[in-house]
Amino acid sequence: MPEESVITDEMRAAIGVESEPGVWPIERGAIEKFANAIGDSSILYTDELAARQTHAGGIIAPPTFLRLLSPGTQTATYKMPYREVLDGGSEYEYFAPIREGDTITSTVQLVEVFEKPGRLGLMLFRINENRYVNQFGELVATQRTTSINYPDQE
Amino acid sequence: MPYFDDVSVGDDLPDLKKQATTVQLVQYAGASNDYNQIHYDAEVAARAGHKSVIIHGALKNAWLAQLVTDWIGTTGTLAKISVAYRGIDYPNDTITCKGKVTGKRTEDGRNLVDCDIWLENGEGKTTTPGTAIVALPTR
Repeated sequence: MPEESVITDEMRAAIGVESEPGVWPIERGAIEKFANAIGDSSILYTDELAARQTHAGGIIAPPTFLRLLSPGTQTATYKMPYREVLDGGSEYEYFAPIREGDTITSTVQLVEVFEKPGRLGLMLFRINENRYVNQFGELVATQRTTSINYPDQE
Repeated sequence: MPYFDDVSVGDDLPDLKKQATTVQLVQYAGASNDYNQIHYDAEVAARAGHKSVIIHGALKNAWLAQLVTDWIGTTGTLAKISVAYRGIDYPNDTITCKGKVTGKRTEDGRNLVDCDIWLENGEGKTTTPGTAIVALPTR
């Protein structure tokens, strides 16, 4: 089991480098399809007239809809030492709703890399931050994801 | 729909029950653009050591978000939701999303409520713990 650090200079150099943008028009059909798939029947996602009567002021996207809005290509690339990867978790922070008709620009950057010894050997943790900006230049949300890579298990 | 004034530390959020069929996993794969085969191809899931296809972590995240937004209704807003994927969940299992109020504070004029949230499988084991922060209106 390798116990030496696998964090490279290439990886450290990628920290803070923003990806190319992904640009996404927010369509009502996609919101409705997503709300149906998660089994959430809130009026905020499907009923324009009812949603207008609330503080949302119209149809908005469910909180985790953001997952659909992929960023563009990550320009700072680095070799991954291990093939095996686990999705460790997610942290969304919301600053303004995403509305039907918005255009959202999505980018991602590596913000932190560290290692921790675990059951599967020395595990590599990468924290990426996605940023979502609407057509008014307003940051509407961020998402921090944790990816855990670990040595091949023999 | 709860008002900030009426919420107390220790209050439970109303449970949210879910049970995903394999059809719903395919539906979510399409709606979320996540085509990892471990969520709909039994052979791929078996090769990875699972007893069947597995539920998307992001779908569990969506359910935990719904637990919170069902509770706050259309007057509160979700400010933050954080989840950790600690255990695998399977379709057809009865899943219960639960939550508890852990704190109340006023910050920059916003009335914020902190919650612990978690998802339990059919055996009552927590597979996906997390936290949420919501902003609520006052009376």
